Amino acid sequence: MKKIKLTINGKLFSVNSNPFSRLLDVLRDELKLTGTKEGCGEGECGACSVIMEGKLVNSCLVPILQAEGKKILTVEGLAKKSLTPLQKNFMKCGGAQCGICTPGMLMAAHAIQLKKKKPSKKEIREGLGGNLCRCTGYSQIIESIQATRSKA
Amino acid sequence: MTWVGKSALRKEGEKKLRGEAKYIDDITFPKMIFGITVRSPIARGILKQIEYLPGVDWDSIIKVTAKDIPGENYVALIEKDQPYLAEEKINHAEEPILLLAHADKNLLEKARKLVKFHIQPLPTVYTLEESLKQKEIVWGSNNILKTYAIDRGNVEAAFKTAHSVIEGTYSTGAQEQLYIEPNGVIAIANEKDGVTVWGSMQCPYYVHKALVPLFGLPPNKIRVVQTETGGGFGGKEEYPSVISGHAALLAWKSKLPVKMIYDRMEDMVATTKRHPSKTHIRTAFDKNHKLLALDIDFTIDGGAYATLSSVVLSRGTLHASGPYFSPNIKIRSRAVATNSPPHGAFRGFGAPQSLFAIERHMEFCAKTLKLDPIKLRKANLVKQGETLGCGQIVKEKIKLASVLDHALQASDYNKKRKIFAKNNKNNPIKKGIGIAVFMHGAGFTGSGETFLASIAAVKATPEGKIQVLTSNTEIGQGTNTVFSQMAADALGIDFSDIEVAQPDTSFVPNSGPTVASRTTMIVGKLVELAAKDLKQKLIAAQLLKENYSRQEFVAACKKYLKDVGDLKGMSQYKAPPNVIWDDKKYQGDAYGTYAWATYIAETSTDTRTFETKVDKFWAFQEVGKVINPNLARGQIIGGVAQGIGYALYEDIIWKDGRMANNKMSNYIMPTTLDIPDIEVKFMELPYSYGGGGSKGIGELPLDGPAPAILNAMENAIGIEINQIPVTPERLMALMESNPL
Repeated sequence: MKKIKLTINGKLFSVNSNPFSRLLDVLRDELKLTGTKEGCGEGECGACSVIMEGKLVNSCLVPILQAEGKKILTVEGLAKKSLTPLQKNFMKCGGAQCGICTPGMLMAAHAIQLKKKKPSKKEIREGLGGNLCRCTGYSQIIESIQATRSKA
Repeated sequence: MTWVGKSALRKEGEKKLRGEAKYIDDITFPKMIFGITVRSPIARGILKQIEYLPGVDWDSIIKVTAKDIPGENYVALIEKDQPYLAEEKINHAEEPILLLAHADKNLLEKARKLVKFHIQPLPTVYTLEESLKQKEIVWGSNNILKTYAIDRGNVEAAFKTAHSVIEGTYSTGAQEQLYIEPNGVIAIANEKDGVTVWGSMQCPYYVHKALVPLFGLPPNKIRVVQTETGGGFGGKEEYPSVISGHAALLAWKSKLPVKMIYDRMEDMVATTKRHPSKTHIRTAFDKNHKLLALDIDFTIDGGAYATLSSVVLSRGTLHASGPYFSPNIKIRSRAVATNSPPHGAFRGFGAPQSLFAIERHMEFCAKTLKLDPIKLRKANLVKQGETLGCGQIVKEKIKLASVLDHALQASDYNKKRKIFAKNNKNNPIKKGIGIAVFMHGAGFTGSGETFLASIAAVKATPEGKIQVLTSNTEIGQGTNTVFSQMAADALGIDFSDIEVAQPDTSFVPNSGPTVASRTTMIVGKLVELAAKDLKQKLIAAQLLKENYSRQEFVAACKKYLKDVGDLKGMSQYKAPPNVIWDDKKYQGDAYGTYAWATYIAETSTDTRTFETKVDKFWAFQEVGKVINPNLARGQIIGGVAQGIGYALYEDIIWKDGRMANNKMSNYIMPTTLDIPDIEVKFMELPYSYGGGGSKGIGELPLDGPAPAILNAMENAIGIEINQIPVTPERLMALMESNPL
């Protein structure tokens, strides 16, 4: 066990953890931040996506030791009192159906926006390439991001 | 202001977007422990002994075998053939034998490896072809789970007078539902309080029905609660009865709450998939290319137990002749048993398989007859007053020809066929455009809805809201939202005045399962009727006039609650008067109504890498009244995406009756880079017996993509492809044996 400090959604946390624990499990089980989901456990589906130091990562593939001292953003850190423009557009455009991929999708969408204010449709598709959604067929997720882009 | 027809925002959307929606794995109980399932390593045999090898403290681990079952050891659904835990006979790979529970998940995984099953192997049957040979009998007396026969007119006589006779064989593979949230439940069970299960599921009352005999308890001692569900697509229709029973058995023995969540590999290897199928079609045409006779032989692989195969087979059989009229029809269909894990419900439920066959066949007939495939279809589309394959006379107005014309126009189908033919000549990347014309019957098949006799209710809450009470689940498709829209309109109040109760069998009536594209159409209608019943109670109590404002309605509800007591409206399903199905003869009005569609795919096939990509897709359909255009469009696009996967990517590799590629990294579902822009268009002919005038649409979009894509590929490369999925490997083999 090792004491590890990290910043999540702007708040400093200290966890006592096996250094090889997955960031996903620390978030969900220890810190009760259950917004981040597990879909496959092998970095394929992106449901566990979070942003670490500005970059999109699969939290199921990040040992907690690697997150030491890092800044992490999860779905819980997006909205303040009201939803962010991106979340509002997911509502309006139908970007969320069953909702299980949605936290990861929002993180991927946020990462796209961090890279580029006005991404092209191709750049949006590529940016979401690591996040699987079985409900939407992606169109309305892409449209949610485009709608946010046009107001950026 | 009315709400039906408007894109009301998803009712539970905000909590999903905030990450606050609670799925089963997000929930914990004090003292909760974890459960796992230890499964058979081989597909068929006799279990002789369970050996617990040293290495863990076995006394600290809760163990459940078939001997620990307090009630009866079968999963109640249709037949009683499937045990919760194998006793002696093993009938499929990954069959559950032993359940373990402990507070430490890591210890459980260690223990799993230390269980040794001594099984005497028996000969196995892995394919429907082998099963039909009946060399080895693995189910009943002949491997046949169910058969249907349809005979109308005189098929053999028609073949004798035919101008042309064309036949073909078509097969489809298994497909994994691949909801992103795996199956999972939490159970609490003891003799005093009975059994409670929370979990990810489509049909709480199916789970309820299964737990009653398993525990031998009265129905009121069993409670099933659906938690937020991360996709179902049929994969959480019948399977949750199994995992719920397992977790509840461990909870019963341990006297502690038990959480059982499958990881992705277990979910893929052990749970249901779409039935593989094989269809042989023989058609007779007259000299004007009108169908004289259809002779269809349809077989599906049901896996090791009967589960839902009989009803999947029925829907497949009833859709097998497609949207065409033929005066003479013969259909023989059967579901056969193999030693694969049972195949089960998956969006479309047999129809994608048989419609794939007929729509590939019509294309093949056109090619053989050197006819325009559109002309051949148009010459044979069923018209109002004519009969479908099941013997159902189409009594309602039908706009399929117009749907077809609109899709042709929007996609520029005719022009593209010419341009592609010209451009493909010197290009290694061959473009094609293909079509599928089809229908999907909504609601339970035959007299299913009458037997279900679903009940819905609404009630007034002390806070001045109206709560909808049904057992129909929100699984992403928008149940909460469309029920709220329909209830709001039935009561003349606002969308925000409606709440939808979490399905919990301790207080919601049984409005039937969330399957068969029935929720909006059938249960939505019941919600409307229940709302009207509530309104009538207020009027009868003279608290409300015929015309009222929203404020007056809320005030009347509050006064009723104060002065009279509980205010509840109810309704129960009654078949529309003109819908008659004959179970004995297996003919009649198979469905209350149908949605009708034309889908067109434009594809590129690279003849060097054998990869195919869908470049553009048009999904046009007549679906009754569209309740929520935004949600409806989402349903269609999502279904088309699954259909694209079914056609091109999603290949289950079977090894000794077991899925060998049970990971998301080697079972390939479409990503954002594989799904093109999909143009969706709805035409509306409101259906008076459907909620808000709707027809069911949930399953429809899975039916069309595979035949449309394969027809486009045939158009591009000129080779018959009659088997899905068309992976690059399969296409390479086909093209090497049929050089361009």
